Amino acid sequence: MTVEAPVFEEAPPQVEPARGPMDWARKNLFNNWYNSLLTLALAALVIWALVALLRGLLSAEYEIIRANLRLFMIGEFPADQLWRPWAATYCFAVMLGMVGGSIAAGARDRASEAGLPYVRTTLRQVVIRFWPILALIAVILSFTTTVTPTLLTIGALVVGLGSYYLGRVLPRAVRRWTWLIAVVLIAASYISLAGFGGVGWQGWGGLQLNLFLTFAGLLVAFPFGLLLAMGRRSSLPVIRTISVGYIELVRGVPLITVLIAGAFAIGFIIPRDIRPGFVTRMLIAIIAFEAAYIAEVVRGGLQAVPRGQVEAAQAVGLAPWKTMRLIVLPQALRATIPAMVGQFISLFKDTTLVAVLGITELLEATFVVNSQTAYLGKGLFVVTLSFAALIFWVGCYTMSRESRRLERKLGVGER
Amino acid sequence: MTAVEETRHRPRLWRDVRVLRAVIQVLAGAAVLIILYVLWFNLTNNLRAAGLPTGFDFLTQPLGVDIPGSDISPSAPIWRGLLNAVKNTLALVVVGIPLLTLIGVLVGVARLSTNWLVAKAAGLYVEIIRNIPPLLIIFFVFNAVVLRFPVLQESLNISDLVIVNNRYLAMVGFTAQPNFGPFLAIIAVALLIAAGVWWWRTRRSEATGVPHHRFLWALGVFTILTLIGFVALGGPIGLSRPILDGRALEGGYTGLAAYWAVLAALVLYTASHVAEIVRGSILAVPRGQSEAANAIALTPFQRLRYVVMPQAMRIAIPPIISQYLNFTKNTSLAIAIGYAEMTRITFQLIGNGQPAPQMIFLLMGGYLIFSLIISLIVNVVNRRMQLVTR
Repeated sequence: MTVEAPVFEEAPPQVEPARGPMDWARKNLFNNWYNSLLTLALAALVIWALVALLRGLLSAEYEIIRANLRLFMIGEFPADQLWRPWAATYCFAVMLGMVGGSIAAGARDRASEAGLPYVRTTLRQVVIRFWPILALIAVILSFTTTVTPTLLTIGALVVGLGSYYLGRVLPRAVRRWTWLIAVVLIAASYISLAGFGGVGWQGWGGLQLNLFLTFAGLLVAFPFGLLLAMGRRSSLPVIRTISVGYIELVRGVPLITVLIAGAFAIGFIIPRDIRPGFVTRMLIAIIAFEAAYIAEVVRGGLQAVPRGQVEAAQAVGLAPWKTMRLIVLPQALRATIPAMVGQFISLFKDTTLVAVLGITELLEATFVVNSQTAYLGKGLFVVTLSFAALIFWVGCYTMSRESRRLERKLGVGER
Repeated sequence: MTAVEETRHRPRLWRDVRVLRAVIQVLAGAAVLIILYVLWFNLTNNLRAAGLPTGFDFLTQPLGVDIPGSDISPSAPIWRGLLNAVKNTLALVVVGIPLLTLIGVLVGVARLSTNWLVAKAAGLYVEIIRNIPPLLIIFFVFNAVVLRFPVLQESLNISDLVIVNNRYLAMVGFTAQPNFGPFLAIIAVALLIAAGVWWWRTRRSEATGVPHHRFLWALGVFTILTLIGFVALGGPIGLSRPILDGRALEGGYTGLAAYWAVLAALVLYTASHVAEIVRGSILAVPRGQSEAANAIALTPFQRLRYVVMPQAMRIAIPPIISQYLNFTKNTSLAIAIGYAEMTRITFQLIGNGQPAPQMIFLLMGGYLIFSLIISLIVNVVNRRMQLVTR
């Protein structure tokens, strides 16, 4: 059997750098007949979509959003208590700024100790990284009717920036306690919302409730998820079976069924004199659901720690618990950060499901406003749903970009 | 050097690892059992106190709710309504999975196209749809698109092939004529002969080294035989056009608007995730593979079909199947726009006074069975692919 040598009819074309827009278009848009056809068809579609979008944007009635902006943002919060959400926002701005600043300072110190150059993140880079969020804030503020929210938002940004620089210049001894300051500030923001005659989370709504369910759900579920993940990797068969059983059972059902169970069945299985409020039951359901997913994320991180690390810890005589706490967990949790951001994104999207059970979070609010007498039957769903979609899109898109950046930075994907 | 001294004393009981392991496991097991028992105790007590049944006998009681788009009356037993709901969920899954695979793979490949516009357009679609909650997409498709279609009396009718209104979407369909049975037999025979041709081409290719083209051969033989059968039997399959008769649609394939809205929204959403997986998997194939394919002068299509795709698919298939699982679970979101699938019916029946714990147990059990089947498929696929490659 003879094998014929392949015959080259001509030398493979040399790739030349493009010389001007016409040349670029010929290489990247019209390099053969089917690509030319595709380009023309798609270009027609894109132009049509752009024109339709532009016409929609110009002709839409934005009054429905302008009149209901507060409902979208914070739900049915009493109008005379508006200082409370603002106070909470300022607490959060300080908290985020200080945590960011002290993380940056920590990185700077570690780099200088290791004798490595430290590249400072400039304000310009931050603006480039978070432009969708800044643009979203501008869009939301454009719907306000008075100038106060704009001034307050600018104030919050300035305060946040100031806290960032404060966090950077804090002496090391103080910086070790930043986590405590953060906890205190989070507690302060909750107290400013709910304490002394305010509104607890049962009465929250709008975007505020989506964010609360996401943050609280993930934070509370995290310790349970960690335990479940360690249980799943345990060498004790009973503990492993319990963990695997729980994780797989929860991961096999949709979140909405867990929420329905939280709404209608939790009351049957807990003692009758405990009656948590509706939002609390939703939160419990979300925590129970997320714990299983976080367990899988953490398990991935635990598996990424090389066995040699555990063996080395055993060789220097560390107890199993100390091996876990000092050697395995710090490395494993670092590796899970990108996946945790992914989990955050998917939970943020999933908090819309409580709308099905009638809680006025952001998505449900877009329906509530359409049944107001002024807008009933006008078919403004396109406007309100697009507004909500924009908010979710900006949040999820920015975070997924950040998670990809972290992945590159931590080198997680390169093993 | 001294010899290692042998220490043979037993450790004290509370330091003995074997004892500790046993004690911890017994304690954990007992704690879980006690918690489960307490919950069970509360459940039965509370159900009795509320005057609700504690068993599953209620499933034979009348349904009490009307199911849109089905002929099940409110007086039919509950279990029939639940079976219908399973059927409706399956209708979404069975149609949705092939569709989303097709769109996902096409878009994923398009994102890596050398055509700048194609790549950017595909990227735009993926980045927009992936970051919006699926429930919002369903609402958008239903409230902003489907509900804006004309009402039933003023249905949009495209030359009797497609009828669109805001309650139904009907398409021209096929109906079996009297001699459909013999035609099925002819199709079966044609399939057998095609398989034989496939086998013959494979053997010949192995023996002589000529390209086998077994797929084209088999397809050609099958098509010709089926066509001959179709003509000989005088058209065993007829067309059935949808007819708008007063308030009802008859003939053709008719689906509720809510069904099409959920299907379109979830297929678009899941396809964007599949596209990302496909793109990542293609990029994960080492560059040297493409370069080697170029070096032996394969055409771009051959390079994709025989070199890149087989390796990329090995990476892509497990995460894609887990997207199928997500799709199946997300069909529960149809509850929001009233398509009568499993979650919707359960929700309605609970609102109608049926016992919530049992209903939710059945609902979760149903989804668990779906999940179990899909993870079985994952395992089988994983094992087969490992055998094939290494």
